Amino acid sequence: MNFETIVFYVFAALTVFASLRVITARNPVHAVLFLVLAFISSSGIWILLEAEFLAISLVLVYVGAVMVLFLFVVMMLDINMVRLREGFWRWLPFGAVLAGLMAFEMAWVLSSSKAFAGKAAVKHGADYSNTKELGRLIYTEYVFPFEIAAVILLVAMVAAIALTSRRRKDAKSQVIHEQISVKKADRLRLIKMSPEIHARENVDSTAEVAR
Amino acid sequence: MMEMLQMLQDAGQGLLGPAWRTVWTLVKIMAIVLPVFGAVAYLTLVERKVIGYMQIRIGPNRVGYFGLLQPIADALKLLFKEIIVPTGSSKFLFVLAPIMALAPALAAWAVIPFSNGVVLTDINAGLLYLLAMTSLGVYGIIIAGWASNSKYAFLGAVRSAAQIVSYEIAMGFALVCVLMASQSMNLGDIVRGQHGSFGMLNWYVIPLFPMFLVYLISGVAETNRAPFDMAEGESEIVAGFHVEYSGMAFALFFLAEYANMILIAFLTSIMFLGGWLSPVPFLPDSFIWLLGKVSFILLLFLWFRATFPRYRYDQLMRLGWKVFIPITIIWVVVVAVWMQTPYWLW
Repeated sequence: MNFETIVFYVFAALTVFASLRVITARNPVHAVLFLVLAFISSSGIWILLEAEFLAISLVLVYVGAVMVLFLFVVMMLDINMVRLREGFWRWLPFGAVLAGLMAFEMAWVLSSSKAFAGKAAVKHGADYSNTKELGRLIYTEYVFPFEIAAVILLVAMVAAIALTSRRRKDAKSQVIHEQISVKKADRLRLIKMSPEIHARENVDSTAEVAR
Repeated sequence: MMEMLQMLQDAGQGLLGPAWRTVWTLVKIMAIVLPVFGAVAYLTLVERKVIGYMQIRIGPNRVGYFGLLQPIADALKLLFKEIIVPTGSSKFLFVLAPIMALAPALAAWAVIPFSNGVVLTDINAGLLYLLAMTSLGVYGIIIAGWASNSKYAFLGAVRSAAQIVSYEIAMGFALVCVLMASQSMNLGDIVRGQHGSFGMLNWYVIPLFPMFLVYLISGVAETNRAPFDMAEGESEIVAGFHVEYSGMAFALFFLAEYANMILIAFLTSIMFLGGWLSPVPFLPDSFIWLLGKVSFILLLFLWFRATFPRYRYDQLMRLGWKVFIPITIIWVVVVAVWMQTPYWLW
């Protein structure tokens, strides 16, 4: 048992533990934080496979951005855990069947497919850049699937925004461009007037100017 | 110098065998982290002095000559203060939050090159690693705000999370331009790519000047510094996310903020201002140039704080989403096209 194997088992155990806690934690915020832990430990496993680009982008995209927004939403919600747990036993058989099916499918694909049989990750030297190779593949061989996936994501994003954004009629907003480009002449008007003589009239005329 | 290091290496190798590598790495980590802590301590003093002079007063001048012992006095005071854990707070997360804020701020230093070849880990995905580490810092703030069980802390955390996530995108795109120009994600290679016979004209700040500005301003926003310190906003939400923290727990947040500031200053110097390279061709490249550039950017940070009033929150969001992100996306395309023409000289 070499050092890498020990590291793998530590990360694997952490991942399993964290994912179990995601569904068993009482507090939804704790559950989200355990999901973060699961992401980070699985990115550790990817680093062991020398897939450093995938590992770091998992942390960057999922942990650094997606889960922050997730945490944001979960913290805002007032979740009643008792109500959430109500139908647990009723839905357990259905969930168990689904999970079993997924596990079976995964085991089947991994064990039968020729692509995975008996192949360990190929070791490369220190000068090998995972990112460059990945970029080369994505933008040459798989450029159309990649672009299609990107367009689908964009459409989904536009759709989500279009569905949820309703413009309120009474909402007020600034037009900052107009505010910045205001000139002195737009706001201020200088009036030439002859000097007043009578004291009473003087009071009136200053009031006039102020208005 | 190098021979002495080599002798030390050999002696350690003989004494400890295979465990020496771990010990030596720990020594190197200490050699980075301790100066960072020292720099943080004295940056607080410099900040108070500089802002003092800008406001025509003297600043701290009672503890030691010119107030030079002030940071040590502050640290001692914070060490001896009681850490109060509010009732109704989530105890474990309350203690975890300052650690979560500080750890990524220090972990990011692993890939910073201080001079040619002087770097703790010379990985070729260094830029990605940095982006990942700096994006983790926000967890400390969010968890602190939530675990405190206080409305001001929570408001500060929510503000800060939205702000950091927004500005991270602009920052990422600015770095995409750098990595296009240098064709590498290794920070050492990025600096070496700016080496040339024209000194400072070879730096990426020339072709990527808009990105330099975007990165610098987003960096101020990322570290929650004035004028983007909405997360603290003393006049509105008391002190924001760390209002319930006292003593050393508060000091850790403080350390994290200043360590992040120094980190952003280092990154700006490395990516846009040629790192350790000398600005004129006839002077040798050295670590001192890097320190000079970093000090200048840190001075800018302090100068901003003394000059600008705090942004309003909706205008902050407008600046991030409607100004910076379009500029960066356009500049990515400009650089991509520019690099295909013979007029790309970098």
